[in-house]
Amino acid sequence: MTIAHMESSLKDLAAALSSKAISSVELTTLFLDRIDHLNPKLNAFITLDRRQTLSMASAADARRAAGRSNDCGPLLGIPLAHKDIYCTQGWLTTCGSKILSNFVSPYDAHVVELLKKAGMVTLGKCNMDEFAMGSSNETSYYGPVKNPWDIRRVPGGSSGGSAAAVAARLAPAATGTDTGGSIRQPAAMCGMTGIKPTYGVVSRYGMIAFASSLDQGGPIAKSAEDCALLLNAMAGFDNRDSTSLDRPAEDYTRDLSQPLDGIRIGLPKEFFGTGMADDVRAAIDASLAEYGRLGARIVEVSLPNSGLSVPAYYVIAPAEASSNLARFDGVRYGYRAPDYLDLADMYRKTRAQGFGAEVKRRILIGTYVLSHGYYDAYYLQAQKIRRLIANDFREAFRHCDVIAGPTAPNVAFKIGAKSEDPVQMYLSDIYTIPASLAGLPCMSVPCGFGAGNMPVGLQLIGNYFDEARMLNLAHRYQQVTDWHSRMPEGL
Amino acid sequence: MSLNLDQVERIARLAHIEISPAEAAQTRDRLNDILGLIEQLQAVDTAGIEPMAHAVDASQRLREDQPTETDRRSAFQAIAPETEAGLYLVPRVIE
Repeated sequence: MTIAHMESSLKDLAAALSSKAISSVELTTLFLDRIDHLNPKLNAFITLDRRQTLSMASAADARRAAGRSNDCGPLLGIPLAHKDIYCTQGWLTTCGSKILSNFVSPYDAHVVELLKKAGMVTLGKCNMDEFAMGSSNETSYYGPVKNPWDIRRVPGGSSGGSAAAVAARLAPAATGTDTGGSIRQPAAMCGMTGIKPTYGVVSRYGMIAFASSLDQGGPIAKSAEDCALLLNAMAGFDNRDSTSLDRPAEDYTRDLSQPLDGIRIGLPKEFFGTGMADDVRAAIDASLAEYGRLGARIVEVSLPNSGLSVPAYYVIAPAEASSNLARFDGVRYGYRAPDYLDLADMYRKTRAQGFGAEVKRRILIGTYVLSHGYYDAYYLQAQKIRRLIANDFREAFRHCDVIAGPTAPNVAFKIGAKSEDPVQMYLSDIYTIPASLAGLPCMSVPCGFGAGNMPVGLQLIGNYFDEARMLNLAHRYQQVTDWHSRMPEGL
Repeated sequence: MSLNLDQVERIARLAHIEISPAEAAQTRDRLNDILGLIEQLQAVDTAGIEPMAHAVDASQRLREDQPTETDRRSAFQAIAPETEAGLYLVPRVIE
């Protein structure tokens, strides 16, 4: 593959396609060949289907040849990888689980429908933590994804396959989902830009549910500008998601180039305590100094209840998961245990064999906190604390326009380092969970390199529906730095 | 609060997940680690705070009571483990 296309922004790819310098079939083939070459090493994809992919690419070329200008948007013919949590009609959709290892989806998720309508070409389905439950991609039934910056390390999770695929330039961009950090944390660990919009902006229809009050889709790409273009296509009201918000469409690229003079960036003092590793702190500090040179003003804010986020999340998310995952029973779709005594035994064996250890743990915790006698003490109490955390943000945004801090406390760790200790793994999401609980838009922006030459991510958190301003901050930073466009060597 | 093996067994029964005797002790220990993490919520004073069920407080939409889905039974049943005459088959529950 020519380096040019591999490195191109979505805008440049659109220009190359539009000027007929390259066709979608040619471009898509370049990426498919690179996937064939590198995926055995990285395990970023679970499913590839060259025939379906190329047929979508030729359809995109045909649409362009037909030449109706309203049919040739900025994403027409550009290839994209989908996290395997999104239902894709006619494609295996496993959610990283054995229990869906034979599930060929009979329908498309809303996000998939919208990106298809925009003419994007599905390159394949990306590996992920099983049911998005994990922070390292090690809980996948299909094996861990390797971080392209150092294949002995994890890519983060749960959208680890998506982040690794874009980092290794196996795809120009990918979809992800974020429940407690699953877009931001892998984006940070793989040196990518990823955004989770305000809860309700992207439809959850056809996105296999983990914790419904938190789950939100978004893109992982090489720049804030690419993320904004993708979000333009992914966002939108959908009647089939009961929490989808009916709002006027936005152009998320509209403010990308606005000056940052006078913008107030709030640093929550709780995010800058002892939890953050020194190498991460150095990169974050340097990026904040850069923002100062761009005209932003740094102010201190406080999120006094943010320390309760991880425990509150590990009540709320498992509770919702235990309810959502009750549907996997071996009756209507998916895996069914081969041997059983009766109906109840079939359920128990199907679920015992079909789910991995981490998913079972979360279902059991969720079942327990929702069970008779414990509901008020755990679930309701966690929801009240969730309100306290959201109120902290409300107060902080009276003093600043955007909040900044680290995305993760450390750079990507070694495969196996935390997989035997769930609680240690949960603490990797200490900085991402607060904004998830509040439902705020947030993103991770590459801001340097730490130990082992591994990428560090700066987290930005915006006020509700302030995605455009957050993307503006990220884009201006990316105009004066090149962390986001660095590429792992030696693959 | 920490769970004993009987409680783990009861929760697993409620969740319809079989746990073999060999994995029961380890499951109990991991669950107790997680419960240790969430235990600190109990100490927080939340008197007068409304529980927050959703990130954006919005009420459920209503719609006309009209069918919105088309019949796709054959597509859905094509991926089922076992079907017959348009029905999903499970082990016999009534003799």
